[in-house]
Amino acid sequence: MMTVDIDKHFALEVAQMAVMRGADASEVTVRQRTEFSVGVRLGEIETLKESTDRGLGLRVLIEGKQASVSGSDLSLDAISALIDEAIEMARVTSPDDSAGLPDAADLAREFPPLDLFDPEIEKLSTEAKIELALRAEQAAKDANPLIVNFDGGGFSCGSGAEIFANSLGFAGQYRGTSCSLATVPVASDGVRMQRDYWYDVRRKLADLESPEEIGARAAHRTIRKLGARAIHTQQVPIIFESHVARDLLGDIFVAVSGESIFRKSSFLVGRLGEKIASHHLTVIDDGLMESKLGSRPFDSEGLPTRRTVVVREGVFESYLLNTYTGRKLGMKSTGNASRGLTGPPSVEAGNLYIESGVRAPEEIIKSVSRGFYVTELIGFGVNIVTGDYSRSASGLWIEGGELAYPVQGVTIAGNLKEMLQSVEMVGNDLDFRGSLVSPTLLIGRMTVSA
Amino acid sequence: MKMEAIKFFFERFGFNERYLDRLLAAALGRGGDFADLYFEYRLSNVVSLEEGIVKSASKSISQGVGVRVVVGEKTGYAYTDEIEFNSILHAARTASHIARSIGSAQVVGVNATPRTSNLYAVDVPLSDIEVARKIELIRQGDHAARIYDARIREVQSSIADEIKYVMIVSSEGRLVGDVQPLARFSINCIADDDGNLQAGRSGGGGRVGLDFFEKDITPDEFAREASRQAIIQLDAVDAPAGAMEVVLGPGWPGILLHEAVGHGLEADFNRKKTSAFSGLIGQMVASELCTVVDDGTIANRRGSLNVDDEGEITGRTVLIENGILRGYLNDHLNSGLMKTPRTGNGRRQSYKHMPLPRMTNTFMLAGNESREDIIRSVRRGLYAVQFGGGQVDITSGEFAFSASEAYLIEDGKITAPVKGATLRGSGPESLKQVAAVGNDLELDLGVGICSKAGQNIPVGVGLPTIRIKEITVGGTRH
Repeated sequence: MMTVDIDKHFALEVAQMAVMRGADASEVTVRQRTEFSVGVRLGEIETLKESTDRGLGLRVLIEGKQASVSGSDLSLDAISALIDEAIEMARVTSPDDSAGLPDAADLAREFPPLDLFDPEIEKLSTEAKIELALRAEQAAKDANPLIVNFDGGGFSCGSGAEIFANSLGFAGQYRGTSCSLATVPVASDGVRMQRDYWYDVRRKLADLESPEEIGARAAHRTIRKLGARAIHTQQVPIIFESHVARDLLGDIFVAVSGESIFRKSSFLVGRLGEKIASHHLTVIDDGLMESKLGSRPFDSEGLPTRRTVVVREGVFESYLLNTYTGRKLGMKSTGNASRGLTGPPSVEAGNLYIESGVRAPEEIIKSVSRGFYVTELIGFGVNIVTGDYSRSASGLWIEGGELAYPVQGVTIAGNLKEMLQSVEMVGNDLDFRGSLVSPTLLIGRMTVSA
Repeated sequence: MKMEAIKFFFERFGFNERYLDRLLAAALGRGGDFADLYFEYRLSNVVSLEEGIVKSASKSISQGVGVRVVVGEKTGYAYTDEIEFNSILHAARTASHIARSIGSAQVVGVNATPRTSNLYAVDVPLSDIEVARKIELIRQGDHAARIYDARIREVQSSIADEIKYVMIVSSEGRLVGDVQPLARFSINCIADDDGNLQAGRSGGGGRVGLDFFEKDITPDEFAREASRQAIIQLDAVDAPAGAMEVVLGPGWPGILLHEAVGHGLEADFNRKKTSAFSGLIGQMVASELCTVVDDGTIANRRGSLNVDDEGEITGRTVLIENGILRGYLNDHLNSGLMKTPRTGNGRRQSYKHMPLPRMTNTFMLAGNESREDIIRSVRRGLYAVQFGGGQVDITSGEFAFSASEAYLIEDGKITAPVKGATLRGSGPESLKQVAAVGNDLELDLGVGICSKAGQNIPVGVGLPTIRIKEITVGGTRH
């Protein structure tokens, strides 16, 4: 097989080739990634996996009509065939005034050094990776004799390159790494088994929580689920532990994304500039934070990434937009374009977070005389169009400002519009374990059903 | 049909039995009990329409080979996206590192076994038809949604289709191929009544060809269904909160079974004893009205397969018979370790993934009662007919699934529609609450995607109308 040097110049050539073949505009994404993962269970290796992937995606526009193609065969013949297919398909789609590349003047010119690549990860031996995974499991096992089994856990890491070019002459590339460590203990009190997990995921090995901390925390989370008691259906204050408050932030992201807004599929349609949340809530998207997982020097359309205040002290200040959704709404992109190798660009957050408050989580728990501290959510009962919210939850019941006993098999329900307005406290425990993160949140009142 | 896929890989990429034997020998070069190669070539297309215009068309080709080496409970895995001898050899050597001793299993020379039946012989797969014809179909749906009611504003519809050629080769001498078509029409719409926005969605398909969308269920029918749901939600009242009697309608509400029992009966969790169902074979886990099966052999269904992703012929597995737990869903690794029969449930998302025990089409067999009688027997409860997704914690057995269309039942009559609400229960307990099973078994329309360990695969579910004595409804009206 013929090998080609795959870099930004190559991507630019492909973009230009598409224009020579008849496209008005084109853009090319090339992704390469090498991954390793080891899964362990009960002191033994369970799985070892290694892989290298690469793929090329091409989007073409002809008179406002667009099509996209992708493949993993990067030989010139295969790419040539992809270009022809894309052009042929674009001819049968409809003209769309808003479709197209960004304005040339807006494309990223400088690529800030974001420290996304950690050479230490590539240096790590297979034995050292296995050792990390085994240590996390051992730590969980050592933490408590009620930890009787494991559902898995392991270490994984990867490094990759993102290459992007378009027919306006933009060509950029960057490399990044990531690593993660997790363990999933199972505890039993002889009546019922419970499972939970703890993990960390970072760009750099040095930032990763130690296997001992991860194991101990996983064990603690699992053990505290044992001995759940029944409660009655009632309305109480709800605390979302930092780990589950992320889910709520994920719902907020969908609601503020330009894709939901222009489709009128969000309970926040028409609310820009208004107070949609309590003054305790500030939501920020920042694609430029050093060595964070959601950082990148340019977005999937070649626009510079940036820091956007989405909600400032409760006031809805900005949507998150790519070029297309921006044009649909008469606005500029916020540098939040994302794309799979195939399909038109979608919208993705960079590092999306709720700004840290001043209260320690313990202090927030103390402030609640009776309420529910939620540590786990399952189900998909969130309707972004209406804001209706209903999910199954597990956690700990709060009595007199103390975590009193575990509760399982209940649901919590409300509406996001009211939930956001009734955020009463925000914790000081923000931690960038991933690219979507929140501190602990206290919501004034929701219905708990049992 | 099966030979067709083998021929595809042999001719297009220049493979033969001898090369495959050499690759398997390399995979077992450091020892191991078993090795297999999974060749995949997948062509997929999506065309979507929104705001009345065809906004985009896309096509992608995904190809590669996954190599697996199994030693006891350990699995080594590597893959390459180049279907080429040396790349696969490299992957085989990488995967072989899981084993540390020389030679236990020997490679049996691979030999193709032809089969004649095909669960999804389609006349015209969607991957063979012009984009223009697909555009006509989605336009038809878009139009039907818009004329259903003037309050239907945003309509998004699409057709996604794929054709997947697979070839599975194992050190036990197996050489199997399959050609797997899959198609799905989807439509989402938003009703807007003076600022009251509500969503509706529908869709379906399966391992079907063009004629399904021309004759069986047309885009118009899916469109009217999506519009109907959105319009009904305009008048929805707050859902009730607390434990109550619930009637589930037929078809897609079978997601209950998928979450409440299906995942918990996958063999890997039971071998590891991490499932709430571990050790319960032969015990009552449901009311005696309940018989639940997993069947990968129903013609043209989304969850059906001629052979699973380990080359095993799929089957029909009775999971629960008259309330008694009978069996698990097995793959090669777990059936070997547990000394239980293989059931043809070893599935994977793609060549990039290791196979796991997974469901195919999971449903409850029909009972005797009519839907009308079942509803009439409820004094106060909820009638839930459409659902979004569901999820389960297999260790505690806690599961949740979210109703998107439901009604109050008052004095045996269906009354007001209610807002979406999550229903929750505990796997080994909830089916014991089944007090009536209808005679109206339906399978879903072909939209299910099941996610496990980061792998997504197409599945089907089915259910007759059932009455559950008590389940927690997560509404707000207390």
